[in-house]
Amino acid sequence: MNLFNVDENYQNPTMEGYYGDFGGAYIPEMLYGNVETLKTQYLQIMQDPIFQAEFQYLLKDYVGRPTPLFLAERLSKEIGATIYLKREDLCHTGAHKINNTVGQIILAQRLGKKKIIAETGAGQHGVATATVCALKGMECVIYMGEKDIERQAPNVARMKMLGATVIPAKSGSKTLKDATNEAIRAWINEPNETHYIIGSVVGPHPYPDMVARFQSVISEEIRKQLKEKTGNELPTHVVACVGGGSNAAGAFYHFLNEPSVNLVAVEAAGHGVNSGLSAATTQLGTPGILHGSKSIVMQTSDGQVVEPHSISAGLDYPGIGPLHAFLYESKRGIFLSATDEEALESAFHLSKIEGIIPALETAHAFSVLPKMNLKASDVVVVCLSGRGDKDLATYMEHL
Amino acid sequence: MSKLELVFKEKSKRVLNVYCTAGYPSLDSTMKVMGSLQKNGADIIELGMPYSDPLADGEVIQVSSIKALANGMNIAVLFDQIKDMRKSISIPVILMGYMNPILQYGFENFCKKAKEVGVDGLILPDLPLFEFEQSYGKIITENNLDFIFLVTPETPVDRIKKLDSLSNGFLYAVSSSATTGKDKDFNVVAQYLQKLQAMQLKNPILVGFGIKDKATFDAATLHTQGAIIGSAYIQQLTKGGDIETTTSQFLNSVLGA
Ligand SMILES: Cc1ncc(COP(=O)(O)O)c(C=O)c1O
Repeated sequence: MNLFNVDENYQNPTMEGYYGDFGGAYIPEMLYGNVETLKTQYLQIMQDPIFQAEFQYLLKDYVGRPTPLFLAERLSKEIGATIYLKREDLCHTGAHKINNTVGQIILAQRLGKKKIIAETGAGQHGVATATVCALKGMECVIYMGEKDIERQAPNVARMKMLGATVIPAKSGSKTLKDATNEAIRAWINEPNETHYIIGSVVGPHPYPDMVARFQSVISEEIRKQLKEKTGNELPTHVVACVGGGSNAAGAFYHFLNEPSVNLVAVEAAGHGVNSGLSAATTQLGTPGILHGSKSIVMQTSDGQVVEPHSISAGLDYPGIGPLHAFLYESKRGIFLSATDEEALESAFHLSKIEGIIPALETAHAFSVLPKMNLKASDVVVVCLSGRGDKDLATYMEHL
Repeated sequence: MSKLELVFKEKSKRVLNVYCTAGYPSLDSTMKVMGSLQKNGADIIELGMPYSDPLADGEVIQVSSIKALANGMNIAVLFDQIKDMRKSISIPVILMGYMNPILQYGFENFCKKAKEVGVDGLILPDLPLFEFEQSYGKIITENNLDFIFLVTPETPVDRIKKLDSLSNGFLYAVSSSATTGKDKDFNVVAQYLQKLQAMQLKNPILVGFGIKDKATFDAATLHTQGAIIGSAYIQQLTKGGDIETTTSQFLNSVLGA
């Protein structure tokens, strides 16, 4: 495939939200009004100077942007290439998720909404949503899988402290997929006053594009910072973990149309891609519809969605955003994976050699560096999507 | 004239459409449930094809779907179970389900097979108008299946007209924006149904979501041709016991027979 012909599509899905064959809005009529309003207004609202002024102000003074681009010297020496870390872990609340929630809360206010609902896996998106709801004085209800409530207890406590109601999702695997189902059902049941803040580049159009745009600040900053540090705004590689794919979409966004930049997406292999306990969607999935968009989905031959497995709640999802499905299919993106064990190892290793304790999700991205056959001249940016405080209970089991 | 049209030609009031989940309560209960529904006064059967992630359904139908899947139900098994249904079932049968399992089965194959076994129409809540018009609608029409769109109290008038024009058999009026199995305030619903009635649509209207007993059935059918009952019937089946007895007691109580 000639990448140059499709470049434009990576940043701009069609009017109906398609990246190639992937995307769209496969939603019941009950959600039509809400989704249609978003679809017709999101670009206009996001481009409005008053919106932008508030968004930029909050990103700077509340979230703490720009986040640093840090040269990881010891890691670079070890890998044999120049490795920069994009420090999204230093964002307020500890992960990239807040870039999106700040944007969507201002948008929700513009749409006159009174109440916010959201799903969460690792709890980072839940915390980021509860945080902006507290900031804006909006009611906040978070759906979270029962299993994730257990393994991400500190984030549950933070959400409650921030004034949010946390509702356990008890169906299916009791993880992110089920929390998303419950959030969508809740939205169907009270569509008028409520805005649903989806936490990744998934869901019906316009969510994947909207979330990618809010997260694109990550790559916007990387370009500027790299230029300052190296004189060249283009790295050779950008590496990011992929659950639904929002930190990856943000880190890739301004490089999508730069064919010299290798975009490396790292999925969670769980116990191993072929172990039956995995969340490596592109390796195990086939085209299908999940949560309102057509993408690659882990499913049985009968079209029933399979319950994934990953040690990290944020990657424990049987789908990926439609943009990533298109990056995979068109080969613009390179899709690798890391197992639970490799991720744990990377988390401990990064902590020891750089003094940074990453989130378990993020740790997956570091696991692939030694396998990438990098050259001394390569300049690699790893999206350090979040910090590891929420995962201490898991880390303590392996100390 | 299609089977669905015939129903409304013969009966313009209190048409009863009952939803049941294929493969629930047990894998081979599908035909038994359908037979009991026909025998006890249902005018139309809406047969749900279970899916792991049914977004538009409330807890009762979700649980029945998960159970049906665990029982071994899938589209191929269902077509096999109902291949001879027209020997015993004369009322219209509509398949209700979500797009993903159908896409894996093959959309065109699915429509062909459905027609072949005698299915009359389809309700696919996550097949939106845009996608219907792009490609899927043509395949449905080519296979002579009726397609039934949903409308809600929030659906704009122009869109209702469009959805009505593309639907055949009847139009499915969701009583309020909600998943299945939620209670509704029927005074508010009544206003919306009166509005629909006044629009002089091409199709008869059946109301669904929140219809659970005689009172709600009476209220819902005051302004429309009929209503659809789902969760309330599944709840009765969940209690266990003889399917025929359960069905006859439940339908009698709803119809006031
Ligand atoms: C730190 C961190 N990184 C990554 C993810 C995965 O999400 P996404 O793929 O949308 O970036 C999460 C999700 O919870 C997260 O908390």
